[in-house]
Amino acid sequence: MHVGLFIPCYVNQFYPQAAIASLQLLRKLGVKVTFPPKQTCCGQPMANSGFEHLTQECNDLFLQNFSRFDYIVAPSASCVLHVKQHLHSTVDPALAEGVRSKVYELVEFLTDVLNVENLNARFPYKVGIHQSCHGLRGLGLAQMSELNAPSFSKPVQLLNMVEGLELVSLDRPDECCGFGGTFCVAEEAVSVKMGKDRITDHTKNGAEYITSVDLSCLMHLEGIIQRKKNAVKVVHIAEILNSTW
Amino acid sequence: MEKITKDHAALAEAFIQNEEHVDWHDGALWWIRQKRDIASKKIPEWEALREAASQIKNNVLSNLHDYLLQFEANATRNGIKVHWAADAEEHNAIVYSILKEKDIRQLVKSKSMLTEECHLNEYLIERGVDVINSDLGEYIQQLDNEPPSHIVLPCIHKRKEEIGALFHEHLGTEKGVSDPTLLTRVARKHLRNVFVTRRAALTGVNFAVAETGEYVVCTNEGNADMGAHLSDVQIASMGLEKIVPQKKHLAVFLRLLARSATGQPITIYSSHFKRPREGQEMHLILVDYGRSRQLGRPAFRDSLKCIRCGACMNTCPVYRKSGGLSYHNTISGPIGAILAPNLDMKKHADLPFASTLCGSCSNVCPVKINIHDQLYEWRQVIVREGYAANTKVFGMKAMAWTLSSPTSYARMGKAGRWVLNNIPFAVNNKLNPWFKQREMPDGRKGSFDEWYAKNNDQTEEADEH
Amino acid sequence: MNSRENILADVLKNQPPARPLPDTDVFKDDSQHVVSTYCDVFTSIGGQVFLAKNWCEVSALIPRNFDATKRIITTLQELSESFELISTTADPHTFNDVELAVIEAELAVAENGAVWLPEQRMGQRIIPYICQHLAVVIPAHVIVATLHEAYAQIGEGNYGFGAFIGGPSKTADIEQALVLGAHGAITMTVFILEQSPDVPFAA
Repeated sequence: MHVGLFIPCYVNQFYPQAAIASLQLLRKLGVKVTFPPKQTCCGQPMANSGFEHLTQECNDLFLQNFSRFDYIVAPSASCVLHVKQHLHSTVDPALAEGVRSKVYELVEFLTDVLNVENLNARFPYKVGIHQSCHGLRGLGLAQMSELNAPSFSKPVQLLNMVEGLELVSLDRPDECCGFGGTFCVAEEAVSVKMGKDRITDHTKNGAEYITSVDLSCLMHLEGIIQRKKNAVKVVHIAEILNSTW
Repeated sequence: MEKITKDHAALAEAFIQNEEHVDWHDGALWWIRQKRDIASKKIPEWEALREAASQIKNNVLSNLHDYLLQFEANATRNGIKVHWAADAEEHNAIVYSILKEKDIRQLVKSKSMLTEECHLNEYLIERGVDVINSDLGEYIQQLDNEPPSHIVLPCIHKRKEEIGALFHEHLGTEKGVSDPTLLTRVARKHLRNVFVTRRAALTGVNFAVAETGEYVVCTNEGNADMGAHLSDVQIASMGLEKIVPQKKHLAVFLRLLARSATGQPITIYSSHFKRPREGQEMHLILVDYGRSRQLGRPAFRDSLKCIRCGACMNTCPVYRKSGGLSYHNTISGPIGAILAPNLDMKKHADLPFASTLCGSCSNVCPVKINIHDQLYEWRQVIVREGYAANTKVFGMKAMAWTLSSPTSYARMGKAGRWVLNNIPFAVNNKLNPWFKQREMPDGRKGSFDEWYAKNNDQTEEADEH
Repeated sequence: MNSRENILADVLKNQPPARPLPDTDVFKDDSQHVVSTYCDVFTSIGGQVFLAKNWCEVSALIPRNFDATKRIITTLQELSESFELISTTADPHTFNDVELAVIEAELAVAENGAVWLPEQRMGQRIIPYICQHLAVVIPAHVIVATLHEAYAQIGEGNYGFGAFIGGPSKTADIEQALVLGAHGAITMTVFILEQSPDVPFAA
């Protein structure tokens, strides 16, 4: 099994530690992982802003980088969802379709493909899970609170394997943080208010860390946390699962 | 009331200024979302009901032409006078002509979002007809000369003190009285007098049954019935899409509607109007007003399945934090944002962008409209048709160029990091909306691709050529 | 009018290819506990429930629970000795002073507490709305589990007007504070009537 590691542009720039953790974690689990160096953005920020028609070059580059792998794994639910839904090729549609079907978000790759049953990880803190909307409602990583259906959660399944970690329960378990791509600047006031309210939910329920499968959500929350000089920290789920503190 | 001076982002920002009020508004609507969750989870077959409702509505849209004819024929046979209106103007003119023929100058109207869309009240008032909204929330909004901010809870954005002040000004209640029960009793007494003196009543329509030619109106207050059963002339205004094929289908929709809307098991009153009362006239106006056009848009036609429960508003975090009036459209919230561009794409170009695409709206929708997917699709259409702000188009084109070329990306990325590392105030100024209330992410750690180039152990990829 | 033809032409042109209707007959509930469920639900929506063995009990309960000095009207022959029978021809406005109306349901629905009242059961359409208080007699055997069973029984229905009424009129338009008695009845009471000694309450 050969996995291509897909590291979204902003993760590459601002959260290298999450990318490193993803790489190390996969390798620890015996997977051969390669990071194709010429990666850029998947095109999601443009597509979500109404410019999907400008994203063909992003698609072509993605196909060039990743079509040769058995699986493509990324520590970002949002980018994975975009690729799954919108990766197209004008030259080779079948190739794009094949690539779409083998793109996985890191957590679902661990639970559904590797069937991970234990992790040698330790993270002795109170942790609140921020459900990324794209991970939750897009990729189905956990049951959505709106539906009348049995509950499950792939992130919880993995976090329960981490020694010392205590999950805190939230008043609103799957409310959006307000990042929303360009929404975070186009609708700055609403975006920040949503973020503030999510953070409060975590802190009042005792979380020391907020974790997520999406760094875009965490980047937004972290920006507010640091401005407000709040004590709670953000951490990508890969860092927890790879943690031996 | 028509005039728009600001877009959603600006109106929302103004609404958010009073944070205590926003927190109250957010909490009140979240509470209704929770009641909806509890009610839906008491019905084991809930998701199957949603699926059935969705499929019935798919069938309706695909046979709408025949169903409309069937409904018209049956309603006419029942003694209902059926009218057709292509747009708001024609709808309003029909209402006015019905009243004028009977020399009626006063109308009592129960909740009808369609007549709000058509601005019927203004039209009639200009022509000397006195219109009173009888739904308490809409009555309050009328007193304040404001449109409804929510389709089910028209004045949810108001605090009771504001309502008390309105009652003091218009109904002569004592200054400072704001108790909801007391205010409701005052309105009851006042509107009772309105009901018994009006000769004409107008209601909306929740469902119209093609098979039987009857229509159903749902209220909690009983105001639609008080108006209708005391009137000489009863008028119902309905959008074309309100048809259901058979009477038994009402069971599916009535089980879903109130549970989705407020968590009630059913609205208090579900009134089935089939024939006029002895000596009474019953009119029904079938209104298109953009609906047939929306039917012709494959990506957006499912928006016509909406049964106006308001669940998407209650669950939408953007709606809860920005208030219904920030959508500057009769139907606000997620569903409003996918309906409005059909009516006026330029005026409502901002609405599909007033969402994080979180998808909660689609999950609570009792007829399973893929609201968030349609928001995404409207963005594409609005940009293609040239209604996006020019600066945004330019910015996005630049971004596409930057991000699709690895070399320019590396260059730009490094430049950006250099800026972050060295002169943060150059980007961290108040012109950058991110920085207004958020710190910038820390770019000093070096990028992952640099780390990988330095640290990646090539033996890990031994079998690579 | 021309609009009719234009609208129909536009609809025909724009409607998608035919989609089938789903089978809604799969929604069935043969619960044996409809009376107790009905009572629980109706109470939870702000209604008041009395179980009565016969019409005498109903007749006796009314003055104990309502102001009998005010105008009480009914469609029910069984109660006509004590209360005014509703005129089906009087001007509906003349009922504005009614304190209590007592009528009989054709059906009641356990899942939502609603009663089904075709206009013949109301006496006049305005009655259950204009009265200050509404009382409805429900023979126990007419309670069904869900709306699916209710509509199956109603069928086409020979009425010009009919309504499900599920509780006292209410509003929460002011700050989501629940207030009973918006424009319709301020209270709603049901008398569940044990039809015959052979059919005792399942509750």
